[in-house]
Amino acid sequence: MTGYRLKNGGTVDRGKILAFSFDGKRLQGLEGDTLASALLGSGERLVARSFKYHRPRGIMSAGLEEASALVTIGNGARATPNSLATAEELVDGLEVHSQHRWPSLRFDFGAINQMFARLFSAGFYYKTFMGPGSSPRSWLFYEHFIRRAAGLGVTSRAPDPDHYESCEGFCDLLVIGSGPAGLEAARVAAEAGLDVVLVERDFRLGGALLYETDEVEEEAPRAWIEDRERQLAAAPNIRVLRRTTAFGLYDHGTAGLAERVAPGAGARERFWIMRAKRIVVAAGAMERPSIFGGNDRPGVMLASAMRAYANRWAVATGRRIVMATSNDSAYAAACDLARIGILTTLLDSRAGISHRLANGCKEAGVELRLERMPLRALGRPGVHAVEIGSSDGTKAEIIPCDALGMSGGWSPTQHLLSQRGVKPAWNDALAAFLPGETREPIRCTGAAAGNWHAEDCARSGRAAGAEAVRSLGRSAPDEHFPAPGGWETPFRTWSVAGIKGKAFVDLQNDVTLDDVRQACAEGYDAPELLKRYTTLGMATDQGRTSAVNALALIADARGRPLAEVGTTTFRPPFAPVSLGALAGMERDKHLLPTRRSPMHDALVEQGARMLETGLWLRPWFYPLGSEDVDQAYLREMRLVREAVGICDVSTLGKIAVQGPDAGEFLDRVYVNAFKSLTVGKARYGIMLRDDGIVMDDGTSWRLADHEYFMTTTTAGAGKVMAWLEELLETRWPELRVSVSSVTDQWAGASVAGPQARALLQSMTSDVDMTNEAFPFMGVREGRFQGVPCRIARISFSGELAYEIYVPADHGASLWRALSEGAKARGGGAYGLEALGALRVEKGHVGGPELDGRATLDDLGLGRMASARKPFIGSALRMRPDLQRKDRPQFVGLVPATPGETFKGGSVLCEVGDETGHGLGWVTSVTESPSLGHWIGLGFVRGGLEAWQGRELIAADPIRSRSTRVKIVAPHFLDPEGARLHG
Amino acid sequence: MLRIICPFCGERDHSEFTYGGDATVVYPDLSAPVGAWINAVYVRSNPKGPHRERWQHSDGCRLWLIVERDTMTHEIRRVEPARAAIDTLLKEPAR
Repeated sequence: MTGYRLKNGGTVDRGKILAFSFDGKRLQGLEGDTLASALLGSGERLVARSFKYHRPRGIMSAGLEEASALVTIGNGARATPNSLATAEELVDGLEVHSQHRWPSLRFDFGAINQMFARLFSAGFYYKTFMGPGSSPRSWLFYEHFIRRAAGLGVTSRAPDPDHYESCEGFCDLLVIGSGPAGLEAARVAAEAGLDVVLVERDFRLGGALLYETDEVEEEAPRAWIEDRERQLAAAPNIRVLRRTTAFGLYDHGTAGLAERVAPGAGARERFWIMRAKRIVVAAGAMERPSIFGGNDRPGVMLASAMRAYANRWAVATGRRIVMATSNDSAYAAACDLARIGILTTLLDSRAGISHRLANGCKEAGVELRLERMPLRALGRPGVHAVEIGSSDGTKAEIIPCDALGMSGGWSPTQHLLSQRGVKPAWNDALAAFLPGETREPIRCTGAAAGNWHAEDCARSGRAAGAEAVRSLGRSAPDEHFPAPGGWETPFRTWSVAGIKGKAFVDLQNDVTLDDVRQACAEGYDAPELLKRYTTLGMATDQGRTSAVNALALIADARGRPLAEVGTTTFRPPFAPVSLGALAGMERDKHLLPTRRSPMHDALVEQGARMLETGLWLRPWFYPLGSEDVDQAYLREMRLVREAVGICDVSTLGKIAVQGPDAGEFLDRVYVNAFKSLTVGKARYGIMLRDDGIVMDDGTSWRLADHEYFMTTTTAGAGKVMAWLEELLETRWPELRVSVSSVTDQWAGASVAGPQARALLQSMTSDVDMTNEAFPFMGVREGRFQGVPCRIARISFSGELAYEIYVPADHGASLWRALSEGAKARGGGAYGLEALGALRVEKGHVGGPELDGRATLDDLGLGRMASARKPFIGSALRMRPDLQRKDRPQFVGLVPATPGETFKGGSVLCEVGDETGHGLGWVTSVTESPSLGHWIGLGFVRGGLEAWQGRELIAADPIRSRSTRVKIVAPHFLDPEGARLHG
Repeated sequence: MLRIICPFCGERDHSEFTYGGDATVVYPDLSAPVGAWINAVYVRSNPKGPHRERWQHSDGCRLWLIVERDTMTHEIRRVEPARAAIDTLLKEPAR
């Protein structure tokens, strides 16, 4: 037992005891605790094992900079690995597990890695498993074992049972951080009437003031905070989001916020996309560790963290604490701890300090040792003494202690600015990166801008608030930004000459001083190179405490000033964000909308099995009894070929093309002619892209001189609509044409088969269905059981067929009526599977053939292209490479031995050579009940001209199957079209 | 997240829009020779700084727009309808 709860002080509620467990051990904390303060207050020191060497680790900070105390919260599907004990609010019943240890935290077998530390130095994996002398396969072999040996927590594979939300937010001013700077910026802006959002990642406002003791503007810090909180609560135009981390700043004032919703309030986390006219970053600063041997031992902690645990959480982190510093900031911490009787000695690497600091020590009873620094922390697993000396390693002596505080200076938190591409500027006097220039309306303020003292931070916050107010056109009091800094005695630069033992630069990734030195010696002495070679700065903490120390070591190794070394760029997210929060409610069926045909209910009534195709639910097949899809589609095909089938085609894209120049427009868009199409006729058309590749196909019907009804493929509907709009608005604004999507306005059915005419004749009025009055490709408008309808005699199946459209509201009744009529004539419904098979029999191209690579000529449709008019793609389709004879071209395929089958996606190879990419591929296959064997469509180099009547192998290496196929013309059934003209 | 001020709908997220290519490209006449079309379809400059682009407000009013965006900073300086006639219409005082 080292840490314990103090009798007095702090902001914890001693009346509210919260029970929690750590590795099954029952412990207690208080309301207001973080997990870390509760663990320390319960005397727990060892809480984790390190990433690579499995070294025992404790809690080294009191905030987001924590690099050691990573734990798993919860169990089962709710287990959240790699949670920071220091940022986790303690709630009653919290279940906590240590991670990355076996069989237990106290005795971890993996710790044997420490004995081989010399092997695991920088670049070990590269050199051993990927370097010269290792076969290319060795990494593939070892990777699994290496990844098991190193690592952090394990995530659950079970579906996340929790609920998450996402919110869209807007504000005038977003203030990130609620320390003195953030509180004042928000207050000033709110007073001037701005719409303000203040976010704080902690569950309490106040930032560092929550644990500081010096008066701020003649008030005790806690009173100062409470005063501001009251003012914020009273202002209607400010929203305060606690437990909310601003993890990313993006373009145009957009911020990503992750809010951990207060326990018991519905959603677990809320993801905000906040758009702000201005942003104030008041994210504070993070203290840096010092580098010395054993600086990772449980009990070694940042000085400010020790102060925070004592003052905010009333937790003593030790009974006999020694603290080591290189700057002024640790003096307040040391004096506070000495006053409660738990600190003995303060080491300062500097030779002389200001009188005020020295007097403070004297008054508080701190033994001050100048020109001394820790060389090595001793003890296993936790620290029980420290070996100190001068910076060259001489004058060594050992001081007993049970906790060791350290302060290696402060780093303003500028990750969010770095994400915006703002390069920070190194300030040697302050030993810190200060914010660089940006043209964006983002202001860094307070400690994040290098103001070390609370009063400066408050002033800096007011200045930032006033600046925001003025920039948005309102008036605000004049306030100046204070100059950064505040040290009374200059910072003493790094010196690690005399230290002993394994000293860590990056605690989270187990990167030591030796690793960094070795990497520099091997030439990896630029920040980005060092990061990749040693992994320094990677993992969940992204180098929050290690980055600057590493840069200083690089500067040292290169003998250059730190300012010349450069930095790495921080990228979002600043802190890990759970994927559940990012997904919000957009999961499972809520990810994308589901589109249903207007006939949907009627189809389902009839027993349709539905299939998701893109956003649409479409009828796949209509099983009779226990039929499976293969039995059903063959039966449905026979209905079409022998009687009459009906199929929902409402999903086809439908576009009304209207205006005096509609014909001219379609002439430019389609490869074939449409201006000359007579009213009352439809035509099949193909449109190309600018580059001469086929984009989409469909029929367009001329309803009137100035009006066409265009249909597109289901998948191409959106693309074609946007394309037509683009052409009209950006290229041909002179054309008097309007295009409107009417896909959702019309429900449609295909009626196909020898009985199609009789069926429609019995249900329509005002339309003469006879062959003479309504020829192939004719278009008529009339009434279907009293409802206005439009009918075109067009065929995808090769049968006598019609497409009939009625207003969408009447879709279901259209379907029910057709279905009844079809049944009476020995026919019935057919689904997508049969539709596809029928078109394969007929040799029509479909989605698998229109794959964005095929040209008109590849599809054998070159003759459709009009020679009398230019059209989109007419120039580039003539490029020599698109006209080459040996391009893969559209062919039909039949098995060489009737009765054999083959699969779509097979590679077409020459007989005897089933290697490589082959000569082509199979796009569509089906069993053909009309022909009595399997048939397919595909592409082969040289096409029919080179291969008709010859044999190839349809190779299916994934299923280890090869079938000999014969190349034939793609029109398997009724190539003369006798059926559809009948 | 870019914010684009649609001349018809107002300021919206770029996720409502669809990028539609380089607006400085002048597409040749449909009957122009292959060479002119190759230039229009394949040859692009990659300017650093202000650039004119086509965007469609696809999840909004569906207008095609010309957006002047700085490729270095994403600053958007100007947004106008691609069709000049619509621009004139939008600028007309409401009757």
